[in-house]
Amino acid sequence: MNAPLKNTPLNISRRTFIKAGALVVGGLVIAFTIPHAKRFLMPGSVAETAPDAAKLPAPNAFLRIGTDNTITVMLAHSEMGQSIWTTLPMLIAEELDADWSKIKVEHASAAPEYVHTAYGLQITGGSSTTWSEFDRYRQAGALTRALLISAAAEKLGASADSLKTENGYVISGDNKISYGDLAEAAAKLETPKTITLKEPKDWKIIGKATKRLDGPEKINGTAIFGQDIQFDGLMTAMVARSPVIGGTVKTFDATAAKQIKGVRQVVQVSTGVAVIADNYWAAKTGREALKVDWNLGENASLDSKALLAEYKKLAATTGLIAAKAGDNKSAMAKTNQFVEAEYALPYLAHAPMEPLNCSVKIEKDICEIWTGTQMQGTDQLAAAKILGLKPEQVKIHTVFLGGGFGRRANPQADFVSEAVQVAKAAGVPVKTVWSREDDVKGGYYRPMFVHKAKIALDTNGMPSAWEHVAVGQSIMLGTPFEAFQIKDGVDATSVEGTADSPYLKNIPNYQISLHTAKTKIPVLWWRSVGHSHTAFVMESLIDELAHTAKKDPLEYRRALLKDHPRHLAALNLAAEKADWNKPLAKGVFRGIAVHESFGSFVAQIAEVSVNEGEVKVHRMVSAIDCGLAVNPDSLKAQMESSVSFGLGAAMQSEITFKDGMVEQSNFHDYQVMRMGNMPKVEVYIVQSTEKMGGVGEPGLPPVAPAVTNAIFAATGKRIRTLPIGNQLA
Amino acid sequence: MITLNINGKEQQLDVPDDMPILWALRDVAHLTGTKFGCGMAQCGACTVHLDGQAIRSCITPISAAAGKNITTIEDMQNDKVGQAVQAAWGEIDVVQCGYCQSGQIMSATALLTTNKKPTDADIDAAMSGNICRCGTYPRIRAAIHNAASKLA
Repeated sequence: MNAPLKNTPLNISRRTFIKAGALVVGGLVIAFTIPHAKRFLMPGSVAETAPDAAKLPAPNAFLRIGTDNTITVMLAHSEMGQSIWTTLPMLIAEELDADWSKIKVEHASAAPEYVHTAYGLQITGGSSTTWSEFDRYRQAGALTRALLISAAAEKLGASADSLKTENGYVISGDNKISYGDLAEAAAKLETPKTITLKEPKDWKIIGKATKRLDGPEKINGTAIFGQDIQFDGLMTAMVARSPVIGGTVKTFDATAAKQIKGVRQVVQVSTGVAVIADNYWAAKTGREALKVDWNLGENASLDSKALLAEYKKLAATTGLIAAKAGDNKSAMAKTNQFVEAEYALPYLAHAPMEPLNCSVKIEKDICEIWTGTQMQGTDQLAAAKILGLKPEQVKIHTVFLGGGFGRRANPQADFVSEAVQVAKAAGVPVKTVWSREDDVKGGYYRPMFVHKAKIALDTNGMPSAWEHVAVGQSIMLGTPFEAFQIKDGVDATSVEGTADSPYLKNIPNYQISLHTAKTKIPVLWWRSVGHSHTAFVMESLIDELAHTAKKDPLEYRRALLKDHPRHLAALNLAAEKADWNKPLAKGVFRGIAVHESFGSFVAQIAEVSVNEGEVKVHRMVSAIDCGLAVNPDSLKAQMESSVSFGLGAAMQSEITFKDGMVEQSNFHDYQVMRMGNMPKVEVYIVQSTEKMGGVGEPGLPPVAPAVTNAIFAATGKRIRTLPIGNQLA
Repeated sequence: MITLNINGKEQQLDVPDDMPILWALRDVAHLTGTKFGCGMAQCGACTVHLDGQAIRSCITPISAAAGKNITTIEDMQNDKVGQAVQAAWGEIDVVQCGYCQSGQIMSATALLTTNKKPTDADIDAAMSGNICRCGTYPRIRAAIHNAASKLA
């Protein structure tokens, strides 16, 4: 996905499908599609069955210019905090020479035009929005500008070459015509066959720190999230779900629930029993009065402590091979210096601030859904299947997501499917709302993982053989992504960050193997996916090796990564800004980690003190090479966010199971980062013209190991199990 | 039927006495700026002012608001401190997903109303009940200091 940073003429007729046309209300719309890659295409998805994107109806578009000069940018991705509400419009506005104050933004519907340019389905995930849309949104802007110039040329009787554009106007000498005044005429023109994108040196918006366009409405309380959907006739539902994962309803008694004022109906759905009421409080009170007898099923004795013990046993044996080189056995026989360690990481909940919810209105031949989702196309298909409708008869209205972190991209479309079932059974429009307890207990966790490694050191203290076994559940197994992500039994996302580690490239002998646990706990990608556990393990092990070799952890990494300039660039920038070689205040110690994920390279340096067992992180210095930083301030915000999310989890978060039930329920026992524990965060950006990577996730993986490596520097105690909790007490 | 003063306006709501203020505001008065996050005063997303004090509306029954003034995010533009806080939030570009920010702003406004120049420790104490999963904490801290200096 190399971003063309040069002046790039594009032959549109070959590469893209374009449709320009007048809106009903006047103005210009640009629908613009690049044929999607098939890599992650889901069987039966809309994209796959769409006859021809060029023949699609017009209302779906990337860009609309109104006769009132407003420019509405349609987002093919969901705004969940990462600021694409601002970044994608920046791309269009740059090429369009738009008046930034006239930009409006909308989430697009679920439609083939909005399929991810690399993944082949409509999704916001993998820290991929900006790089995957960098061409498409700039092209949409450039194409529109070309049409507006043509329209102006015709109107003025001037040659197109003599015209320029600036701040929402086409300019000819002293004359200027606003884009809004040209929009209708432009809509009647044929689209040009080629367009030329700006040279980076001419960018006025890309690369400049730009304030969020969704800031004002999120500050004054008017921003609409899924929870805020209200309309006449919309009821609120809460579903009583099995306390044990996978349990089903045996019988239920709704007598008492129906006596609660405001409770209207009680209906059974596949996931449990739904209480439908006038408002949340009535639904909640009704659900508390509901009596359900459950078939607890096969997971009734599930216990995460026992599971961890099983994983540890498995980790002592070789799994399916994910990566291998040389001959570990004979290499290990040649030395007597080893690092041997076992690491364990818990199940984690995403716990976005906005509890899951989904509003559904079903009419004869149409279903409308309002929800904060990261995966519109999948939700649309799931709803259509439940209702016996065609996908295009299901309209998805994406609203602001009160956090996602992966939870709102569910291959099973769990919270949408359930809401559709509830609305179908109730026969009225329903908003299904999860309580925080439902969210914490309701599944789809970052899987628990155990890693066991034995690493041989040569006489120079450098690794000469690396034996590594990982044990954990696959997040791809049983999903439509299985065929693309699981090869020879190995889920690529279980070993990302280990099997492809740059450290292995300089080690002659290694073997990375995987046991995929068959546990029935629902698991899902969690911010930074496999890297959320593999980076902790790898960067801790490297630190263990450095200390065993009696070498400086930074210098040790530099030596191992000498052929990896982007790792080095991040590492060196962080080290420079953190004054790595200068002593800190008494009692404060540093730890360092560096990791590549989602195409970006991040180094984190933590400054930590430990007093009477209590860990305090004072400062994090973060450096990232993500290639071009389209909006440097939102990039910084994402790095700050990654520190908070990663550090909170590393310090305190853990989901455990006993008797098949989740032991945590809310923020008092599923602890996350709070203000008082948040360190100072400094973010530095490597000036880079390398291939673009993501920024939403890559900051997170090196956070935990930077902190635990600092704890080792402070105390000599190696933290090999997360969360850190009170292990130092 | 209960008579309430919400954002300076008298309103009568037909709700049970034990309904938390949060749900009366959101589902009955249709003021959706105040958010639901946890339902047990653990996250602060539901923070509103009751006679100027920051409270967690998800656990405070509506009966406790009788005869008192409820102020929500929707009315912060009419509050001198609230205005400064909102302006600082914009200047620092605090928000990410934005869901917790109504509660953050209500807590910050209550803090600055009683403490004109909070230290970092004061901010930690006043704001640690407000969770932000996006981790906007450093910017919230900066914005509170910014608002304090503007109000000075």
